[in-house]
Amino acid sequence: MNETTTIKEREEEITDEFSLFDTWEEKYEYIIDLGKKLEPLDEKYKVEENIIKGCQSTVWLTSDYKDGKVFYKADSDAMIVKGLISMLIKVLSGHKPDEILNAKLDFIKDIGMMTHLAQTRSNGLLSMVKQIKNYALAYKSADAA
Amino acid sequence: METTEIAPTFDVNTIRKSFPVLEREVNNQLLVYLDNAATSQKPQLVIDALDYYYSNYNANIHRGIHTLAEEATAAYEATRNTVRNFINAQYSEEIIFTRGTTEGINLVAYTWGRKNINAGDEIIISTMEHHSNIVPWQILCEEKHAVLKVIPINDDGELLMDEYKKLLSPKTKLVSIVHVSNALGTINPVKEIIDLAHENGAHVLVDGAQSTVHLDIDVQEMDCDFFAFSGHKVYGPTGAGVLYGKKKILEEMPVFMGGGEMIKEVSFAKTTYANLPYKYEAGTPNIADTIALKVALDFITETGKQLIRNHENNLLKYATEQMKSIPGLRIIGNAKNKVSVISFIIKDIHPQDIGVLLDNQGIAVRTGHHCTQPLMERFHIPGTVRASFAMYNSKEEVDRLISGIQKSIKMLS
Repeated sequence: MNETTTIKEREEEITDEFSLFDTWEEKYEYIIDLGKKLEPLDEKYKVEENIIKGCQSTVWLTSDYKDGKVFYKADSDAMIVKGLISMLIKVLSGHKPDEILNAKLDFIKDIGMMTHLAQTRSNGLLSMVKQIKNYALAYKSADAA
Repeated sequence: METTEIAPTFDVNTIRKSFPVLEREVNNQLLVYLDNAATSQKPQLVIDALDYYYSNYNANIHRGIHTLAEEATAAYEATRNTVRNFINAQYSEEIIFTRGTTEGINLVAYTWGRKNINAGDEIIISTMEHHSNIVPWQILCEEKHAVLKVIPINDDGELLMDEYKKLLSPKTKLVSIVHVSNALGTINPVKEIIDLAHENGAHVLVDGAQSTVHLDIDVQEMDCDFFAFSGHKVYGPTGAGVLYGKKKILEEMPVFMGGGEMIKEVSFAKTTYANLPYKYEAGTPNIADTIALKVALDFITETGKQLIRNHENNLLKYATEQMKSIPGLRIIGNAKNKVSVISFIIKDIHPQDIGVLLDNQGIAVRTGHHCTQPLMERFHIPGTVRASFAMYNSKEEVDRLISGIQKSIKMLS
């Protein structure tokens, strides 16, 4: 992924890919594939404080702040959730805190994933987005301090 | 492929027509509803009863002098009588209406429990309890400095009765046990459990949340002291449940919630309480849902509990056979006596992934720990996928479940 692409451009890339899919199977196979390809998270990050609290599956999310940009890493014990968080990282990682905080992430709706996963308790996409933005906000606040 | 014949006198297609929701599509496919252990769907008759109540005789019950109040009171009390027959209680005043099983258990914990449990006393539950039959007793034990003991289970998900016998002692004041496990389907030998407890002078509460819809319930024959169940799991509305208690015990128990309905006379100096069952039914009750619960129970009785059970057992047997042919699938809960609940896990796949992909195929199952975290811990698993069958499920739906699982596995591998 080109480091200079904006969040909006990355969202559009994913929306374009999804527009080629005719069936739900293709969409989910894409997400599952993203999950499988997600770089494994070092075991040292799989600690309680990195868990996004949820009812069923476990999601670990950690971040780094380098040169004014936030870089995320994540993992999950469930494959579809892992694919979803991978997709979010693909879009948001490597951007400035302000860019991440202001991201509308309309692509989630555009690719038809909102209806499928928003309701699955706090491991839905929305709580992942919230946690990703929380990290960005923390770095922004630290910079301002 | 070996198939199991469904009993000829039971026509599942006719039954299905009584449940309007079964006609709906989910994700462009005809719904296959296999989450019945969480809540069952409602027949049109139950839905109509709710509609008819609000359209024709909605009124507050018991003290009203007008026609509507009399009609509502009669319908409400008719449910009590139907419940009494349904579980074969000796007296109708032994039937207390609650919101559901959880409230029933809490009612016993907060009244009988607070009065009778003292420091050092012991309460016995089992490894396969739902959180609602664990937490109220933990709260009580903490408050009273009493001790909670747990009956272990074997790898098939059956209680270790010898261990139970060892746990019983003169300190045992209560055994609170699930009749049928929501996560495993295991039918526990409650009669034996109750007899042994009584020999030790302990009382017994039976959590009938899962059993009431499948098994013939006879509280007198069982000789339990308390029996709790939920209306919404027996094809009735949510928010209408039942606590049965032996009359003598209920009479001696302190009151639960204070308010209207449960009083005899109120003055600022002293209040005297109403007789059973109203003593435990403070405030305006859930009139509409309780009235409709009668319709649900009548529907079961008219359909025939034995026929329903045969049908469900055939589905269970068929589904179990089919699942055993899926590589990597492991059924959690292989008790010899089981109701139509199948919990399973698939090697290297998280239950949630199966649940999401089945939903996309129009198939509703439950995934997770099923509010039985200590039980999941016993099996060293985070949760299971659970399919639970009701009277309206068909062999074709089992086939869709099986092919749905196979498809999900293929997509995830």
